[in-house]
Amino acid sequence: MRGNLLLSVCNLNVTYGSINAVKGVSFDVDQGEIVTLIGANGAGKSSILRTISGIIPYQGSISYKGNDLKQIAADTIVDRGIAQVPEGRGIFGNLTVLENLKLATWQRKDKNKIARDYERVFALFPRLRERKRQLGGMLSGGEQQMLAVGRALMSDAELLLLDEPSMGLSPVLVRDIFLILVEINKAGKTILLVEQNANMSLHIASRGYVLETGKIVLTGSGKELMGNPRVKEAYLGG
Amino acid sequence: MAYIFQQILNALQLGSIYALIALGYTMVYGILTMINFAHGDLFMVGAFFCFLIAVYLKLSFVPTLLLSVLGVACLGVVIERLAYKPLRNAPRVSAIITALGVGLFLENFTLALSPYPKHIPALIADKTWLIGSVSISSLQIIIIALSLSLMLVLDFIVQRTKAGMAMRAISWDKTVVPLMGVPVNKIISLTFAIGTGLGGAAGMMYGLAYPVIDPYMGIMVGWKAFISAVVGGIGNIRGAMIGGFILGSVEIMVAAFLPSTYRDFVAFTLLLILLIFRPYGILGKPNPQKV
Repeated sequence: MRGNLLLSVCNLNVTYGSINAVKGVSFDVDQGEIVTLIGANGAGKSSILRTISGIIPYQGSISYKGNDLKQIAADTIVDRGIAQVPEGRGIFGNLTVLENLKLATWQRKDKNKIARDYERVFALFPRLRERKRQLGGMLSGGEQQMLAVGRALMSDAELLLLDEPSMGLSPVLVRDIFLILVEINKAGKTILLVEQNANMSLHIASRGYVLETGKIVLTGSGKELMGNPRVKEAYLGG
Repeated sequence: MAYIFQQILNALQLGSIYALIALGYTMVYGILTMINFAHGDLFMVGAFFCFLIAVYLKLSFVPTLLLSVLGVACLGVVIERLAYKPLRNAPRVSAIITALGVGLFLENFTLALSPYPKHIPALIADKTWLIGSVSISSLQIIIIALSLSLMLVLDFIVQRTKAGMAMRAISWDKTVVPLMGVPVNKIISLTFAIGTGLGGAAGMMYGLAYPVIDPYMGIMVGWKAFISAVVGGIGNIRGAMIGGFILGSVEIMVAAFLPSTYRDFVAFTLLLILLIFRPYGILGKPNPQKV
């Protein structure tokens, strides 16, 4: 049972000089889903997210709600409804927590809804409220990840792209973040999650794709993939 | 004692001009990690715009200032778009050579149009007041007051406005900023406009204080302002202001108490020593951590 098609990536290729990082990848994401792309370091996961956000060039096509994104400038893709939580969180360490959140509202004009969204973010992450006047650089890794997710929520996007939110966090914090992702998803956001932590991400995902050296080698529901012997051996530690 | 107060006043005047120019270097460095070596020459263009507007359009002080600043700001934006933007991902040394080239172009273009030094007319009624035995001129008051107000406005823009927030974000990590929906190129243009505009304002004030202007006037002043920016901590706005005032004070005080030919030699020696002990400048921080 599939819903409305939100994002469709077709025959995507990314090259860096002579290196072909993404080789003919196709996948799609439906409204309301959590979809995960899992793969090892260098499999091309981050490159795929960067193409969707329009910050690196690519061949192939990416469409969102039926509109081709090729000619759309990176800074207006957010306005179309796609926000990214980048690899390594991308927190501005010289800006306060509040400023980090505020920056993500750049394209928005709906003042009342912005005020409500701050409250929503602070309700999800009470730590951010406590630290809203502190510089982003003073936060711990887990708090920075909360801020990165909060920031993506402030842009009021419908589709959130998350690039390895578990990176560098303790298992307990990873669990917390993933529970919040589920909560955000239930509240209506669609999530495309790129992860090396296959266990956690397949657990919360409705569908998953396995990426190896720039190609999709397996696909299926989260449960199917968790049961797949190849995935078990390569990503779930036997 | 009066002599010292007099020199402090002179130091404030020179220091505020250095500080205004240093801000342009530091803003551009902060946002692009590039030294705009043409900045001293944009300062010179500011003085020439002032000359042209005051002599040919016969405008008074305020409109001359506004038009000169606007003209230099536009020139700065155009230079960034045409000469620097294509090199944004090129090796750093190419961008530096381009900036030096742009500077030489501005000098020689101005020289071609105006081979002889020009004299800027007095746009401000020259009045001098005596406070005790310290004399203060109307021009000095205007230079100091205007520079300080421009610095306060800039500080407000950078620290309190949305555009300033975007500038600070770009200086931290340019690659993440578009993901926030912020148009990076527009913010870079705005930064160039403000930074070079301040240099233009400094050029005009310098031209009023030392009214004979020539196409090479930006070279030495530009170097000194650049050094001010480095002393304050390049990329740090308040640092550039502090650095400008420090360099201005050192120069004036050396000239006041030692033979005036010692001025630059002593000033630069002190600054070299300062940099040995604080290599990142007074307010600079060693390699900002990108987390």
